[in-house]
Amino acid sequence: MTATDLHHDSRREESHRAIDAVWRIESPRLIAGLMRIVRDVGVAEDLAQDALVAAIEQWPADGIPDNPGAWLMATAKHRAIDYFRRRTRLERKHEELGRELEEKEMAVPDFESALDDHVGDDLLRLMFTACHPVLPTEGRVALTLRLLGGLTTEEIARAFLVPEATIAQRIVRAKRLLAEKHVPFEVPQRTELAGRLSSVLEVIYLVFNEGYAATAGDDWLRPTLCEDALRLGRVLAELAPQEAEVHGLVALMEIQASRSRARVGPSGEPVLLLDQNRAHWDQLLIHRGLAALERSEKVRGEKRASRTRARKAAAAKQTSKSADLARGSYVLQAEIAACHARARAPEETDWHRIVALYGELGRIAPSPIVELNRAVAVSMASGPAAGLALVDVLASNRSLANYHLLPSVRGDLLKKLSRVDEARLEFEHAASLTRNARERKLLLERARECERALGSQQHQVGEHKSGDHSIN
Amino acid sequence: MKYMMIVKHKQDQGNPPKALMEAIGKLAEEAVKGGTMLGNGGLTATAQGARVRLSGGNVTVTDGPFTEAKEVIGGYAQFELKSKEEAVESAVRFMELHKLHWPGWEGETEVRRMYEPGEFPCE
Repeated sequence: MTATDLHHDSRREESHRAIDAVWRIESPRLIAGLMRIVRDVGVAEDLAQDALVAAIEQWPADGIPDNPGAWLMATAKHRAIDYFRRRTRLERKHEELGRELEEKEMAVPDFESALDDHVGDDLLRLMFTACHPVLPTEGRVALTLRLLGGLTTEEIARAFLVPEATIAQRIVRAKRLLAEKHVPFEVPQRTELAGRLSSVLEVIYLVFNEGYAATAGDDWLRPTLCEDALRLGRVLAELAPQEAEVHGLVALMEIQASRSRARVGPSGEPVLLLDQNRAHWDQLLIHRGLAALERSEKVRGEKRASRTRARKAAAAKQTSKSADLARGSYVLQAEIAACHARARAPEETDWHRIVALYGELGRIAPSPIVELNRAVAVSMASGPAAGLALVDVLASNRSLANYHLLPSVRGDLLKKLSRVDEARLEFEHAASLTRNARERKLLLERARECERALGSQQHQVGEHKSGDHSIN
Repeated sequence: MKYMMIVKHKQDQGNPPKALMEAIGKLAEEAVKGGTMLGNGGLTATAQGARVRLSGGNVTVTDGPFTEAKEVIGGYAQFELKSKEEAVESAVRFMELHKLHWPGWEGETEVRRMYEPGEFPCE
């Protein structure tokens, strides 16, 4: 190999890496723009991939174009025209063969306007399509990361610790389902918007949570998934700025992500919220989270004002429906996270406010997990006995029988009440329920602490350590 | 991964043309829409700054301007991105705008990855 060859090789490699980067930046917009024309996720993605292949062939020789996004878009556009011509020819051929064909308008659509305008709208449509409720949740997640996150199948597989073939199959199935069910490429009508939006938010938050508190595997945190989810959330906040819950979700994720550095100990073990070194919280992310929360509040304020105006304008005879302007579940969770973010020290936490927020959350989205969190907050605001009473109610109705945080919280409260032997059993039980190796280790460690405490208990009053549990 | 972009430039090149600032504004808007830029900011002239230096066991404060400096930091931006290549691509786009709108301007964008949680090495 000559020096020139080497030079060429390194140049080629360099441009390949640059192409990867351009792809990551441009592919969601590219696919979204193509969707407007071809209305089929599979075809749109294939066309976008074709454009990528063309780039890989041409850029190393010709250099990277000044506006790589526009280059890819133009190339994909030509491929789309070819695609339509092929399809038209094929349909004609079928007609000649005497097949019955529906009378179809096969005119080539107006590409210029389709590709140049509406990029934002198209991205939003693509998000709603990828998160459509006809798809199983795991299909939505895979498709969203692939189409909107610009991740490869391999990257998604690695992030979720499943074989690549599994993810590939989920994506293929999801695309097929979207085509079979004729899912339209559109932003849902007003009447179904709330439900469809919550499906999108759910997918994003699910990705975030899988990164933030890995349910399986050896690591407690998988930061790339958190980043992917945050990126999607931030994009969505710009696409749908009028939706308070979108800002709520972004706020929640920003604030939770701000603690990434503090919630993992030196040997990779989880550090619970109240034990975290707050100096390690990322102030930039906290700031962004609080700003997103303010934005959600502003949006709600504007909606409230416009409804009031509308009501006033309407005839007095009309009985006004009670406007459903309650805070949504993401806004409320973000408010709770913000309470912690604003407290410079654990003792400064406004637990009474957190109890109230969990109460509000439980009213709009009743769930035993919310109730468990409320119990933790109550124990902080009014003492461990008050919290334990609520936890015992939860434990008796069995709905959280397999949820490791229930015995974990119960153990914590028992320990604070110096009932260490019962606490030990709870921690051991919790350890047997978690699928995360780091968490299991931590729980077993706490069980051992109880065992040690049992020995010296007779002479000691349980040290009322400032509570160290919150699921947040 | 978080990346810090540090823009450095030769001193005394005057104020940037309006067209550049508009183009940068548009690029920043795109980065916000793309969910990648976490924060950014421009720095005022070194005349309004100071240097606090520890050398030979002494801490000394020197007020600006830093007349002897060949290049000074003009601004920064913090991004959250997938790869170094993506960071470089962003920086290239930023510098291309300078090339287009401010002929003769010279400077550089330093692209630096920030430590991930738990990654920071110390003794």
